Formats: sequence, structure tokens, C-alpha cells
Amino acid sequence: MNGFDWDAVQDALPLLLRGFEVTLLATVLGTLVAAVLGLAIAVAGRAPSRFVTVPVRVVMEFIRSTPLLVQLVGAAALFTSVEPLTIGIVVLGVHYATYTSEVYRAGIDGVPKGQWEACRALSLTPRRTWQAVILPQAVRSVLPALGNYAISMFKETPFLAVITVQEMVFEARKYGADHFAYTEVFTLAGLIFLVASYPTSLLMRKLEKRLGH
Amino acid sequence: MSDFFSAFLDDLPQLRSGLWVTLEATVLGALAALLLSFVLGLMSISRLLVLRGVSRVVVEFFRGTSLYIQLFWLYYAMPTLTGYQLDPLLCGVVAFGLNYGAYGAEVVRGAIGSVPRGQYEAAVALNMSPLHRMRKVILPQAWVQMIPSFTNLLIQLLKCTPLLWLISAADLMTVVQQLRDRTGETLTAYLTLLAVYFVLAYALTLLMNLLERSAKRRLGLHTGAGSLLRSRSATGAVATTTGGAR
Repeated sequence: MNGFDWDAVQDALPLLLRGFEVTLLATVLGTLVAAVLGLAIAVAGRAPSRFVTVPVRVVMEFIRSTPLLVQLVGAAALFTSVEPLTIGIVVLGVHYATYTSEVYRAGIDGVPKGQWEACRALSLTPRRTWQAVILPQAVRSVLPALGNYAISMFKETPFLAVITVQEMVFEARKYGADHFAYTEVFTLAGLIFLVASYPTSLLMRKLEKRLGH
Repeated sequence: MSDFFSAFLDDLPQLRSGLWVTLEATVLGALAALLLSFVLGLMSISRLLVLRGVSRVVVEFFRGTSLYIQLFWLYYAMPTLTGYQLDPLLCGVVAFGLNYGAYGAEVVRGAIGSVPRGQYEAAVALNMSPLHRMRKVILPQAWVQMIPSFTNLLIQLLKCTPLLWLISAADLMTVVQQLRDRTGETLTAYLTLLAVYFVLAYALTLLMNLLERSAKRRLGLHTGAGSLLRSRSATGAVATTTGGAR
């Protein structure tokens, strides 16, 4: 039973902050993948042919219902030549895309029916309909929800440590094992997460209120 | 391919015990989370500022720090601080309970808040005591609203159980990893594992659909049998499972 070692905290902080940069990078790039891919899935889910929509739904449901950790470890074991960070970003992005696609879907469903009819009346091509009329209206209303998923993804980035991405928790575990200071580093890492995610959550809530949700 | 499946059949007893650990962690974690959701959720609508404050702090703390870190803190940090070493499975149950309880508290709070104001007023007009009012009027209606969000949280919890592998509880993931190391069939092993989780998730969803249907029936709302088979919708998850401070 030993106490809390403040020197270890000071010692580990720079390391953790360096790892934190990787954490942020993974979150930002992962969110980007999820935002773009999610939109693609949502649009594909509205395709006129069942040969497109049914497989899309099945695959999406499968990815959404299975653990991120297994997907990460599995992908890392299969693609050993790819950099772990790349695998992490892609898997995080794909996993979250299945959530964001539902958000987009709700946003697209929220566009009034009259807008579709007007596009047909003006005989716009499907491409123009999506690009100029539907998506600009749908995407604006889903931004806060996407932000929430970004925060949620941020809190799942520690999973990347398992596939040896050198993010904050990876550094924490390494330091903890080397100096036997698990208490200090995990407390510190938890606080860094709290300090980073709570203000962001508050900000998202404000944004949501402003957009009238 | 065939190597894997013959090893799979040989290892059936271990697989069964791994599956059991995963299910145990899911069910016990969910029960702990459910209990905590109601305690924290009811505290957050209390008239006493102290109770509201405590609930707010606890909820924000456990939502703000990552589940992964909470689990590791319990497993690695707590023994050095207190001298107590928890069993890995118990660590998992406690961490899942605290983390998902914090998310669930928001579900409880939101659902109670969404019961129409007139229902409170009618209960007050009928001179019901606060406890009676909550038990007979408010909660049965709020409960129906909570179930879809709880379903989403339950599946999220199930999806976090492979974390137990990292703290050396012999869960499903651990057993399949061992199988994979022995046979070298990476793709088959992970696809099988994913398929098992998918089946578990769908089975839990069906159970929760049944629960929702019976809860609705008690309110006099009847739904067709078709609704039992539907999968979850993520739109409910947007409001409850994500990081937003709602």
C-alpha cells in the first residue's frame, strides 16, 4: 500500500500530452471518415433498388452490433503491413459511420416532401436534387449530432492502444509498467479526458440550443 | 478453415465458459447500471440542491472519463491505493455499471421529464402522495419511453465486454484469441467472434422489444407482432449514448 506519487505525475505529464496529440489526430481523422462515409451510406440506403439497400442495411447492422475492440484487433491481425494508426482511424471511422449514417438518414427524412416534389417538377437530375436541394438542408440540422459522436469517439480512442497506436493511454500503460505507477498515470489520463471532453460537451449543447433542437 | 472448426469443436467447453463470462458481465453490469440509473436519475429531479448537485457531478465524471480508463483504474490503480484486488469479472461489472449507469441516469431524467405535465397535475388533484404518484402514474409512462434508449445502452455495454480480455478475465474474446493463436486462422476466428456478438446483440434486442411491448400493453397501447423483430434505431442512441451533455 503506497501513496500517490506526485513526482511520477510531473514526470509522466509530458509523455501523456505527447500521446494526447495522437489521440486528437485519431479523433479528428476518424470523425472525418465517419462524416463522409456515413453520408455515403445514408444516400446509398435511399437508392431505388433493393439490391443496393438491403445489403447496405445488413452490413451496417452487423458492424453496428459488434464490438469495436474485436474489429480493431481483427483488422490489425489481418493487415500486419499497414500502420496501426491508419488501421485505427479507418476502423473507428467505419464503425462510427454506421451511427452517423442513421443521423444523416433522420436529417434527410426531415427535409419536407414538397422539396422532393419540387425537384421532380423542375426535372432536376438525382445528382442535382441531392447536391443543391436535399443535402444542404439535411446536413445543417445533423451537425450537433455529429459533434456528439466525435466526443464519443474521442472517449473510445484508448482502444487504439491495444493495437499499439502510441496514443495517450498507450503511453500511460507503458509508463505505468516501467515505473509501477499505474495509479498516477491512469488518474492523470482520466482527468485529461474529463478536462477535454466536458467543455466540448457543453459547447455542443449550446450549439444544439442555437440551432433549435 | 477446417483446422479452425475442428479446434473449435474440441474447445467447446472453454468456449461455453467464455460465453458464460461474457454474458455474466453483460447481465450483471446491466443490472448495476439500471440500479444506478434510477438512483442518479431520480436524484437529479429532486427538489434538494445537494442531491441534484451530487448526481450531476457523478454523471459528468463517469461520462467524461473514458470507460477504458475507469476499468484500468479499477484493475491496476485501485490495488496499489487501497490494497484490495478485485476479481477481473467484478472489476468489469463495477466499471460497466458506473459508466452506463451515468448514461442511463440521463435517460431516466429525460423520460420522466417527458411525461406530460397534466399527468402530474391530475395525480396531485387526486391527492396522491408523491411516492404513489411516482409509482402508479409517472414511472409506468416514463418506463415505456426509457426502454428503447436502455436497449441501445445494453448493446453498447455488450460491445464493451471484450475489454475484459485486457484485464485477463476468461471471456469469449480471450478464448477465441487462444484458439486463433493455436490454429493461425485469423480471419475465421474473428469472423466467428463477430458473428457470435451479433447474435447476442440481436437476441438482447428481441428481448427488449418484448419488454417494450408488454410495458406498452400495460398502458393500453397495443403494437403489432411485427414490431418485435425490428432492429434498434440509432436515432434514439444519438440522444443518449453519446458524449453530449444533455
